[in-house]
Amino acid sequence: MSRIMNDKLRGYAMFAAVSALLLVVAPLALPGFRLDELAKYLCFAIAALGIGLAWGQGGMLTLGQGVFFGLGGYAMGMYLKLHDAGGDLPDFMVWSGVEELPALWAPFRNPVIALAAVVVLPVTVAALLGALVFRQRVRGAYFAILSQALAAAFVILLVGQQGLTGGTNGLTNFYDFFGFELEAESTQRGLYFVTAVVLGVLYLLARQLVKSRFGRLLIAVRDGEDRVRFLGYNPATVKTITFAISAGMAGLAGALFVPVAGIISPSLLGVVPSLELVVAVAIGGRYALAGAILGAIVMNYGKTAFSEEWAGGWLYLQGALFIGVMTLAPKGAIGVYQQIKDAVARRRSVPAPHQEKSPASLKEEVPA
Amino acid sequence: MSEQGKAPGPAEELLRIRGLQVVFDGFRALDGVDLTVGKGELRFLIGPNGAGKTTLIDVITGLTRPAAGSVKFGGVELVGRKEHKIVRLGIGRTFQTSVVFEELTVVENLDLAASFRRPLRSLLRQRRGVDEVVAQALETIGLTELADRPAGVLSHGQRQWLEIGMLLAQRPKLLLLDEPVAGMSRDERERTGRLLTEIAKDHTVIVVEHDMEFLRRYASQVTVLHEGKVLVEGDVAQVSADPRVQEVYLGRSGKEAAA
Repeated sequence: MSRIMNDKLRGYAMFAAVSALLLVVAPLALPGFRLDELAKYLCFAIAALGIGLAWGQGGMLTLGQGVFFGLGGYAMGMYLKLHDAGGDLPDFMVWSGVEELPALWAPFRNPVIALAAVVVLPVTVAALLGALVFRQRVRGAYFAILSQALAAAFVILLVGQQGLTGGTNGLTNFYDFFGFELEAESTQRGLYFVTAVVLGVLYLLARQLVKSRFGRLLIAVRDGEDRVRFLGYNPATVKTITFAISAGMAGLAGALFVPVAGIISPSLLGVVPSLELVVAVAIGGRYALAGAILGAIVMNYGKTAFSEEWAGGWLYLQGALFIGVMTLAPKGAIGVYQQIKDAVARRRSVPAPHQEKSPASLKEEVPA
Repeated sequence: MSEQGKAPGPAEELLRIRGLQVVFDGFRALDGVDLTVGKGELRFLIGPNGAGKTTLIDVITGLTRPAAGSVKFGGVELVGRKEHKIVRLGIGRTFQTSVVFEELTVVENLDLAASFRRPLRSLLRQRRGVDEVVAQALETIGLTELADRPAGVLSHGQRQWLEIGMLLAQRPKLLLLDEPVAGMSRDERERTGRLLTEIAKDHTVIVVEHDMEFLRRYASQVTVLHEGKVLVEGDVAQVSADPRVQEVYLGRSGKEAAA
């Protein structure tokens, strides 16, 4: 009992420490543009949290989270573009010779609709896809390939519709963010705090979900989908709900990324970025939500830091890390940490004799 | 030894199978099976390998679709329904190889089995304490002391009991057990037998079993399947005395049949 209390307290302490680090230490210690970089990593961490939920807890290897990241990002980008254009056509449309605002864009004039779409769009797409795919019992590698194909197709669609989506360049050159000048350092600082808080809140919500009965059910679906049916649950429903939640997180991440980075474009959400995020989650430790977040932050930081020194080298390091983790520590960095912790705990405490006996002595008893 | 105190007479009918046919790539796994199980019965299903016992259970629980025939449970047709819907009607089953969720604790496994009737909103909340049904199931299967251990640490026998416990926690009207004592030690078999007797007091149970000794000790009503058909039905004495049964099944281990 006391061990459970200890674990709980340690969890709270860890959360408080990380919060303090992100909300107090980082803003004080980092120069403006580094803080911007960190804000981007936190956006990726939000998307990674969704992957942790879908893959780590639910066993759905989703290689196309970029699609949902993109849906959220473009929804936000479209609103900002229209807002900046003030009644006129967005600049890139003029360049592409578009003369009238496409009907698809019209609803995004309204900030409320645009902000709702940031979550509603990816959730709806994921729910529809999930309902179709999971009901047909598509899973494992087949689901992974399907999700990746979706990311590839999405990028082709975006690039092909130059006048509608800005093509390869995507949507960029934003100036005003809900009345704040985006270039201003104070705005960027504010956005950093918003992103960090959103990440914290989503983490707590996801954690609550994992601990609930639904979370237990999700693990059961991951480890024995066919058995779950015979417990009276429909695994397709459980998976669809979880997949939709993870898509909503990716959408939010994408929407936050747009004002933080000042751009959303196909190259940010295709197959490669989607894969990189999954690799980051694997390296951080997919079975723990914190592992997913840790992985996303560290790997994206590593990518920036490494690329500054040796452009191109990161790809090899990333690949090597991934292979290393998969073969040596499939539970990722968090898994290694827990292994060390357990080993230390085992060494310290001599097992209580009655605890060791209980399973054996039980065999003597008669059931019923 | 089979003094279950159960009247084999025409009790209220719970399960009614008629003309069931299952074909796998041209092989007739079930070839016109008729079977009726009354409420409160403890029915053993035996037969040589490939007789179609597990297939029959698979059809009842929706895992396999029959080519023809009907399975009525309390008057409701089961053929064509999905597995989880059939569970929701009140039919639970175990598998030959027990599948428990190793990452979850014993009590979480049972709680999950007990919770499928909860609305989604209540599933989103954390479990507080242990439900009455779950506590009872824990007690019945004798795993109360291991409640908070992950199911992964259980022995083979304990896993089978946990599965039976999960079945009980579902509060089904009909339990289907597929070879519950396969691979168990003599001790474990004994415990499972007593567990079975206990459960059969207030449940309808169908048991697929290979183990003849176990059958003789705990069975009352027996249905013998052979090559996808029902060969004989009756109590243990009748069945083991039947020359057809001795030929196709017991005849293969003649000494045992004579015992």
